[in-house]
Amino acid sequence: MLDTSTPLVEMTDISISFGGIRAVDQASITLHKGEVVGLLGHNGAGKSTLIKILSGAYKRDTGDIRIDGAPATINNPRDAKGYGIETIYQQLAVADNVDAAANLFLGREMVTPLGTLDDAAMESKAREVMGRLNPNFRRFKEPVKALSGGQRQSVAIARAILFNARILIMDEPTAALGPQETAQVGDLIKQLKSEGIGIFLISHDIHDVFDLADRVVVMKNGQVVGEAKTTDVTKDEVLGMIILGKVPPGATPGPGAIRE
Amino acid sequence: MAEHALSSPVHPSSHARNALQRFLSATEVDTRLLGMIGALAIIWVGFNIFSGGLFLTPRNLWNLSVQTASVAVMVTGMVLVIVTRNIDLSVGSILGLVGMVMGVMQTSFFPVQLGLGLGHPLIWVLSLAVGLAVGTGIGALQGVIIAYLRVPAFIVTLGGYLVWRGAAWWVTAGRTVAPMDSTFQLMGGGPGGSVGAFWSWVVGILACVAIVVGLLLGRRQRQRFKFPQRPVWAEVVLGVLGCGATIGAVLIANAYPWPTRIAANFAEANGLDVPEGGLFISHGIAIPVLMAIGVGVVMTFLATRTRFGRYVYAMGGNPEAAELAGINTRWVTVKIFMLMGALCAIAAAISTARLNAATNALGTLDELYVIAAAVIGGTSLAGGVGTIAGALLGAVVMQSLQSGMVLMGLDSPLQSIVVGIVLVFAVWLDTLYRRNKY
Repeated sequence: MLDTSTPLVEMTDISISFGGIRAVDQASITLHKGEVVGLLGHNGAGKSTLIKILSGAYKRDTGDIRIDGAPATINNPRDAKGYGIETIYQQLAVADNVDAAANLFLGREMVTPLGTLDDAAMESKAREVMGRLNPNFRRFKEPVKALSGGQRQSVAIARAILFNARILIMDEPTAALGPQETAQVGDLIKQLKSEGIGIFLISHDIHDVFDLADRVVVMKNGQVVGEAKTTDVTKDEVLGMIILGKVPPGATPGPGAIRE
Repeated sequence: MAEHALSSPVHPSSHARNALQRFLSATEVDTRLLGMIGALAIIWVGFNIFSGGLFLTPRNLWNLSVQTASVAVMVTGMVLVIVTRNIDLSVGSILGLVGMVMGVMQTSFFPVQLGLGLGHPLIWVLSLAVGLAVGTGIGALQGVIIAYLRVPAFIVTLGGYLVWRGAAWWVTAGRTVAPMDSTFQLMGGGPGGSVGAFWSWVVGILACVAIVVGLLLGRRQRQRFKFPQRPVWAEVVLGVLGCGATIGAVLIANAYPWPTRIAANFAEANGLDVPEGGLFISHGIAIPVLMAIGVGVVMTFLATRTRFGRYVYAMGGNPEAAELAGINTRWVTVKIFMLMGALCAIAAAISTARLNAATNALGTLDELYVIAAAVIGGTSLAGGVGTIAGALLGAVVMQSLQSGMVLMGLDSPLQSIVVGIVLVFAVWLDTLYRRNKY
């Protein structure tokens, strides 16, 4: 049973090369409203690169991106944000030397009528959002450098949801977190999904993703091996796709699948 | 923890262990800045002892303030440059070129070529405007090469160091331009270039009012969002210290009289009677010092209260995060270098006015003093860290060392050795401080 409505995101035949290496080769992927898609693959499979094309960090060589069925022009992170695409990066893309509120609003600061920064209003809003996300967080005055990995990650996630994202990209969102914080992020993903946000979860670890995702897409050597609904395949079968490129009966093979 | 969230917010100072900690935490002062003020106090008292009481005199402190002005203006821009992990080695040469251009503007272009005549009241402002335009333009050019052509700032400004110094020579084929326009000269200080006792008081009282209003506004803002308040006694201490320092500075500036001969000439020209023991006319705060303070205030505002400043620090902390957050990092870089160029032009006006001449050697080695002042003031070459106030203090420390050693009669090679050692020592201390903090 395939969702036949217009996909929120539709990336078709995307390719990008870095110095002769085809990091992503003719990859296609879709995302619907309120859907969580796990993008899986080994390190270097091209999944982060593919998604960075969507978030505007890289510019594709060929291929099309459609948002809500209309062709989208994404040349830089600002363009992506214009389409409601928010990204939480693997390497915790926060500015270490400024405080949580400054990071949450970076690039979209609240200003007073005089055009100056309204730090008090931003801190107040930051307290509200962080209170929802991580009630134990209260180090608002300190540079993010002084925070733990989990606290920094909650800042990064709060940053993404603060501006009503429609499409959320999470690159290894729980890699730096402890079990309790990982569970919190899981709850948060379910909540965002129920609000109709489309979410890409990127991971090399199937356990991070399988229980949360509606559908998985597996990449290997820059190509899509195949995709499957998580209800149609087992974890072991998905592992086989990741490691061997072998496509089980419940999955749809992609260009990177091994034909037997 | 739970009752914290429910009850009214508590200021962290209530958890402090001893009196000093409570004081530091309650007043929320920057301990690093406090340490620098302490170091400066030690330097001043030390020089005063070793120079036989010559250092802590109104005359010397007033001169010190004027000598610091030019480097102080430039260091405020250098902080932003270094915070974004760049460097500007060309500021001394830009100062030299812009000084020459302004010199030619006011001695020949406007009065002769445009026929305004020497001493026309518009000449100083037109010359300054041209200087600002040239400085900003040079900064823009360097900034574009750094940001868009991706040539490292070190290389671009090293090239600029040679190019603009050479260009300064070309303006007049090496000839010194003098004297400056009489109004323009006021930017260099001296008896005429100071605002006198009355206006010094006006400035001092306005500053005190600003300090008190700032504290009150801060309190109201915290109340509005229910943030923890500083204890009232801490606010009072801050207010008293701030106003006390301001009033002290005004008193010192007013305690330095005009030289007897100039005062006597002035009395004669204005038909005043010269009393027994000579006429006492206060210098008051010098105009270049007011310019430097004004620049410091504006730059602090830019750095802390505007998006531009926020982006500068975010770029310094994590350039990739800033880019991914949608900040146009290249354009911000260009703006920083434009600002740096404009500040060089202001510094050039102060330097040429003070010397009453534009020479093509003006500003030689200034880039090193400016960078050293920024670094002594706590700006980290690794990026992301540095304050305007700290850098201004760093400029005062540098100038105090120079001036103190002159008063002590040290040979100039020895002076360079001391300044060099102090620079390295200060940065080492700072490294220790930061290592303990995080």
